Amino acid sequence: MAAKPRVKVPKKASAGYIITIKTLVTHKMESGQRKDKEGNVIPRKIINKFTCEFNGNVVFTCDIDPAVSANPYLEFSAKVMESGTFKFIWLDDDGTTIETTKDIEVS
Amino acid sequence: MNINRRNMIRASVKMAVAGTLGLQASRVMASPEDTAKALAAFAGDATPTAGTITLTAPEIAENGNTVPISISVDSPMTEDSYVESVTILAEDNPNPEVVTFHFTPASGVARASTRMRLAKTQNVIAVAKMNDGSVFTDTRNVKVTIGGCGG
Repeated sequence: MAAKPRVKVPKKASAGYIITIKTLVTHKMESGQRKDKEGNVIPRKIINKFTCEFNGNVVFTCDIDPAVSANPYLEFSAKVMESGTFKFIWLDDDGTTIETTKDIEVS
Repeated sequence: MNINRRNMIRASVKMAVAGTLGLQASRVMASPEDTAKALAAFAGDATPTAGTITLTAPEIAENGNTVPISISVDSPMTEDSYVESVTILAEDNPNPEVVTFHFTPASGVARASTRMRLAKTQNVIAVAKMNDGSVFTDTRNVKVTIGGCGG
């Protein structure tokens, strides 16, 4: 289920520049509202939290509810002052996490 | 004891009703109180004022399963003055809460986009909370052709 997330971060930027980060992770985001053919409610299973860190400092986090579409897409900004690594963490309802990192070179 | 029993009966009646209604039970919408409650949980005692935050959403969404929305808050985003968080509420979804973004001064600008589900034509509300406690809001009505919940 946990597929490789797709993250778009510019490779290079000038110090103090505000960059746009786009993320997308493959996930069904089962809302807990749907029913199967027998009429049983399909239990909820979603990504409920997303965190973006830069060099260990939190830049942006997000609490997600079932009303977010399948394959949750998030676009946000970050101000970069130095080179470093962005870390992205998605937390599933079942406690598992999906993680990925991206480096950026700041001049 | 008495209360317990009463609650038990009430719960079992509810379950029976939900069972017989079947499909309809899954389409129960949030009441206005739920939205107000969710808003109060986010904003606290502060009264939201219009402005400062801009919510961008399509006027007509053909597919309620994936409706692109974005928010932008007018703020310098410095240590002294920044946007703490922004929540999105959908009045007529089964649960009004959609998503809550938490910003930091390192965000640079308070801007974010995502895609959301909408059960039917309704108002989408964005509420921003600043670090000084002030609260701002913006509302957009989105017409939905095919709902994105239940089924």
